[in-house]
Amino acid sequence: MNRRTFHKTLAGLAGAAAVLALTAGGTSHASAADKLKVGFVYVGPISDHGYSYQHDLGRQAVVKEFGDKVETTFVENVPEGADAERVVEQLASSGHKLIFTTSFGFMNPTLKVAQRHPEVFFEHATGYKRSANLATYAARFYEGRTVVGLIAGKLTKSNIIGYVASHPIPEVISGINAFTLALREVNPKAEVRVIWVNSWYDPGKEAAAAKALIDQGADVILQHTDSPAPVQAAEERGLWSVGQSSDMTRFGPKSHLTAIVDDWSGYYTARVKAVMDGTWKSQDTWGGFKDKMLYLAPYNPAIPKDVVALAETARQNIIEGKRHPFQGPIKDQSGKEILAQGKTLTDEQILKMDYYVEGVQGQIPR
Amino acid sequence: MIAVFDSLAPILAAMITAATPLLLAALGEVVTEKSGVLNLGVEGMMLVGAVSGFAVTVTTGSHAMGILMAACAGVVMALIFAFLTLTLLANQVATGLALTLFGTGLSALIGQGFVGTPIPRLPELNLPGLSDLPFIGPILFSHDALVYLGLAMVGAVSWFLYDTRAGLVLRAIGESHEAAHAIGFSVLGIRYLAVMFGGAMAGLAGAYLSLAYTPMWAENMSSGRGWIALALVVFATWKPGRLLLGAWLFGFVSIAELHVQGLGLRVPSQFLSMLPYLATIFVLVLISRDATRIRLNAPACLGKVFHPDA
Repeated sequence: MNRRTFHKTLAGLAGAAAVLALTAGGTSHASAADKLKVGFVYVGPISDHGYSYQHDLGRQAVVKEFGDKVETTFVENVPEGADAERVVEQLASSGHKLIFTTSFGFMNPTLKVAQRHPEVFFEHATGYKRSANLATYAARFYEGRTVVGLIAGKLTKSNIIGYVASHPIPEVISGINAFTLALREVNPKAEVRVIWVNSWYDPGKEAAAAKALIDQGADVILQHTDSPAPVQAAEERGLWSVGQSSDMTRFGPKSHLTAIVDDWSGYYTARVKAVMDGTWKSQDTWGGFKDKMLYLAPYNPAIPKDVVALAETARQNIIEGKRHPFQGPIKDQSGKEILAQGKTLTDEQILKMDYYVEGVQGQIPR
Repeated sequence: MIAVFDSLAPILAAMITAATPLLLAALGEVVTEKSGVLNLGVEGMMLVGAVSGFAVTVTTGSHAMGILMAACAGVVMALIFAFLTLTLLANQVATGLALTLFGTGLSALIGQGFVGTPIPRLPELNLPGLSDLPFIGPILFSHDALVYLGLAMVGAVSWFLYDTRAGLVLRAIGESHEAAHAIGFSVLGIRYLAVMFGGAMAGLAGAYLSLAYTPMWAENMSSGRGWIALALVVFATWKPGRLLLGAWLFGFVSIAELHVQGLGLRVPSQFLSMLPYLATIFVLVLISRDATRIRLNAPACLGKVFHPDA
């Protein structure tokens, strides 16, 4: 065959292929319309047995609830930043109608993709930017910190608490503050020392930070990072620790007091249902103990019964609204009163928290 | 500043443990580079060593088996590299980078079933009498076997390279493989052995991370230590003694920055996080200012492909 014929045949084949692809795409679109595709973007590995793991449990709850009617996709270990935008964009462009981005640092990438894909619904965890098709959700982790603060205040002997923190964002800072307020309510002499490891998940650095705090006299180790390394470090030295995001007892059977566990299953199934029913709206959901978005892991049997009772009473009071983790009087580090007795901080004030309360050592890095 | 002094003993003790993985990996790399081979795959070999050691310890319950298998895993990874670069004459830099990527992915794959499994930490050897000395006790005499192995290897590698005939031959190959080949030494054979040693040491470094430093498996748990080890080799101008100092410097700065935060001193934590890397870069720049010194100390045939002209 000569060159001309060859080109004509090629064009013909290409045309046929294009038609085939369009019709095939058409038919698969028809059947895909029955299945709702839901995407999940995780900042860490689901094998962290912590934060991202709990999000994946939420995803599994969706699969269990809706079975064949949904098809879920998840991408783990997505770094916060430009790469995140690529991942979210890919999910949005490949037929996913509902996408959950589960870390604070995914905020701007999600917003950008949401603007480009008005037909897709986006849910961003622990952020504060919303749009017509972008909703936000978070759990009131600080409620858990209040209960834990009471326990730590009663159990510490050295009156120094070590806190392994990740990034200096309001969510972490409000956790430190809620903890410290409750801590000093039962133990006015206790103080909190914070080390920022500037990462959500770095076992080596978290372990080194926990050990540094222990070397400086801390006998209870708190964390807002996602690996069980600080719990392990505390276990080795025979001290107390509190797990983060999921039950970390097996890493520190003697030291693990309890853990603040996230439970996203209820929220995720509700949102998927809303998309299916056509009732999805952009909103901000911030649930606590009452909405079952978080719970405490079983208490360490070594905790004295009266301390457990104190903790449980506080937890119940928070659920019933009788106790607010940020109720006055609150003093900042310089001793100045920033909230009077009888008042409570508004949600907006908590979301923008950028100061330490009295009892926390050091400065927040800017 | 009494608080800082009180912290000094724990900081120094922690410094030695933090320096150990760097030291082990870098010592292996020194031997490899002294023979003229540039193996950039240290990070990948470390991770494969870490996951292998961990997996074996979980299944057999024996730390010793885990450490042994970690070293073997490192050797296997190094053999892949050696085959590609020494026999198939592939570019060493590219192959080393590929080995890192491969090792990172392979370790994540192998490790999937082992995440979230706790194991007992490699026990500290408490030397009777010595461990109880007031200041020096906790710093020098309360560490586990791998830490002491690292310190011993500094002496062993130094002795091997500079006081034995075999070490002389290895260095000669690194300086001029043509001349060594002409004399009759097996350039490829010795380079293979050097690369395997580097792999074994990197595997041990990984095992230290997953069995002693943080007894768990987590993806990418070496967090760039392999790259630091590579930098330390240059930092130390390929001398094992200086490697120890470099590893200690990096370890010290990494630990001290955490203590500084805990004490509440007014230095931004992000800056402190950068410090260890800044310190390494600073020293590297200082050393490289004198181009002659680098040229004098670097093995002349580092990274060059060997074509036997026979």
